[in-house]
Amino acid sequence: MTPPRVALFVTCLVDLMRPRIGFAAIRALEAAGCEVVVPEHQTCCGQPALNSGDRAHAAALAKQTIAALEPYQHVVVPSGSCAGTIRCHYPEIFEHDAEWLTRAQAVAAKTFEIMVYLDEICGWRPENVQLDARATYHDSCSGLRELGIKAQPRRLLDHIKGLSLAPLQGEETCCGFGGTFCVKYPSISNAIVGEKTAAINVTGADLLLAGDLGCLMNMAGKLNREGSKVRAFHAIELLAGMGDGPAIGEEP
Amino acid sequence: MSAFTDRVDAALADPILKIAVERTAGTAEAKRAVAVAAFPDFEAARDRAAAIKDHVIAHLGHYLELFEANAIAAGARVHWARTADEACKIVIDICKAADARTVARSKSMLGEEIGLPHALAEAGIGRVETDLAEHIIQLADERPSHIIWPAMHKTREQVSALFKARHRTPHEEETIAAMAESARRELRGAMLGADVGISGANFLIADSGAICTVTNEGNAELSLVPPRVHIVTAGIEKIVPGMPHAIHMLRMLARSATGAALTQYTTFYTGPKRPGDLDGPEEMHIVLVDNGRTKMREEGLAEMLRCIRCGACMNHCVVFRQIGGHAYGGTYPGPMGAVLTPTLDGLPDSRDLPNACTLNGKCQEVCPVRIPLPTLLKGWREKSWREGLEPVSMRAGLGIWAWVAARPPLYRLGARVAVKAMRLLGKRGWIGALPLADGWTRYRDLPKPAARTFMDQYRREKRQ
Repeated sequence: MTPPRVALFVTCLVDLMRPRIGFAAIRALEAAGCEVVVPEHQTCCGQPALNSGDRAHAAALAKQTIAALEPYQHVVVPSGSCAGTIRCHYPEIFEHDAEWLTRAQAVAAKTFEIMVYLDEICGWRPENVQLDARATYHDSCSGLRELGIKAQPRRLLDHIKGLSLAPLQGEETCCGFGGTFCVKYPSISNAIVGEKTAAINVTGADLLLAGDLGCLMNMAGKLNREGSKVRAFHAIELLAGMGDGPAIGEEP
Repeated sequence: MSAFTDRVDAALADPILKIAVERTAGTAEAKRAVAVAAFPDFEAARDRAAAIKDHVIAHLGHYLELFEANAIAAGARVHWARTADEACKIVIDICKAADARTVARSKSMLGEEIGLPHALAEAGIGRVETDLAEHIIQLADERPSHIIWPAMHKTREQVSALFKARHRTPHEEETIAAMAESARRELRGAMLGADVGISGANFLIADSGAICTVTNEGNAELSLVPPRVHIVTAGIEKIVPGMPHAIHMLRMLARSATGAALTQYTTFYTGPKRPGDLDGPEEMHIVLVDNGRTKMREEGLAEMLRCIRCGACMNHCVVFRQIGGHAYGGTYPGPMGAVLTPTLDGLPDSRDLPNACTLNGKCQEVCPVRIPLPTLLKGWREKSWREGLEPVSMRAGLGIWAWVAARPPLYRLGARVAVKAMRLLGKRGWIGALPLADGWTRYRDLPKPAARTFMDQYRREKRQ
């Protein structure tokens, strides 16, 4: 059987701020038997424009992304909110444009968040991955509510030897990131993330895990400002066996 | 800074507000979860509730005319108001014709929306708010901060002090029962002595001409039955075809609002006192208010007309839980208020509301009639962007970024420069202050990016 040819949509935030999430995604996908390609013409999915009401720029970036991704069998994204934008919102953007609607729907149908893809499509489980740590997991909103991501990361993390998951009070409550929201209304965002970090600290966990870098940077940035010792990783880093490296905000 | 952000900062600086909001909304959230879990197939019930509302909204004219004919047949008089001012004028004229000196009012958000308390004051008509929380608000000369619990922003300790200052024979014991008794002493006589009773309606029943009110205090019944005249002000979207639909919506409303199976008092009023009835008002007037609702139906906000005013969206909203209801500045707070206020007060004065939302989708998840609130909020953001209401800095910043992002080679170069610049500002892995991103670094640190972008590292690896 020929391995599935998977396009990795890196996301602008991973590209810019934490490339090792992209490399972890490639490593896990290859371990699951995929051939991974990183299409050259990708930048941002356009979510910041879309959520700011800037429909024209959102449509331009959506077209660029669709064109970059449509040659591949599957598209995998290490972010619930970017995958949600492609899967749920691209077809909405082109609801009055028959040609692009068809193309948007085709790409939407084959785009998956990475942990959903590994768990549900590949049926993959981490093998021989060991990390002695106690982690807690935050369910990022777009992934949870647009894509139904809840059990998949937990099923996968369950196969990391030595890792235990501490329940997080309010694990489905927004962390206050909200894309541009956190800089447009910083005081509200701060009040929300302050409650989140308090809940994280109560778990006694060593590690904070989630599936979206935006939310992770928000929570990790607040934890660091407060002097917390909790270290933050994207869950795919642990699943790819890279949980022994630097956490968010740690120098290699 | 805007008036909204000023109100937000004042709210965030008030520790008592946070306690008050958390007590009520936190309890409501927990109780709703229990009620919904115990309900057989709540998801199917939500589908049915949304379908009922969509049907009546699509056939609004038909059901309103049916309601009017049946209400008239039951002896009520029906009035139509296009605007808030028209609605207030109709109510004031009815009060004047009845020589009313005082009215007893049973809590109605539509009354707040049309500015009825103010209109009554201007007409020199005394107003007694008979809902306990509205009574508190009236004593404190404030506005409701929540559509179900108007005095949610006050703690019971604050209410106790208010009652002691303002009630004629206030409570002595610091218990909730004693405080309620104090309010009862204050209000009962006023209710029984009022000339006119004014209420809203939770539902208008088309096939019988009845109106429905729900309360947990029985104040509606006591405000509406003894006076000579009962005036109902209701939004035209409150219509349902018949009693089975009203009952279904009631099951959704009570559980979504407070987690109770049913409100303590659920009353259907069909016309005024009939010959042979022992009590009831001599006249019943029903004022059907549009105030922007047909415009909402035409302008892509039809789904918002499903709203049954349960408050679940705000109880579960992370932003509302931090800033409370007054910060929103309109009649209706929270997610539903952020959709309604631009319609009622105009987008230029309320553009902050649809923007001050993380789009986390929790409100939509708990809405008993499945209103796609985040989608509707994004609709307002688009309109605000199109009409040039968004700040110039935001428009310029996003425009430049999107222009560059649409040119991948240039974008790679820009990303390389951005990474280098950010790394210069970082210390031990973190950036504590970043120019142009003060909103981020004022409250949290920004992780220092890696030396090279993913794309640069990936290209290097592939070449090797």
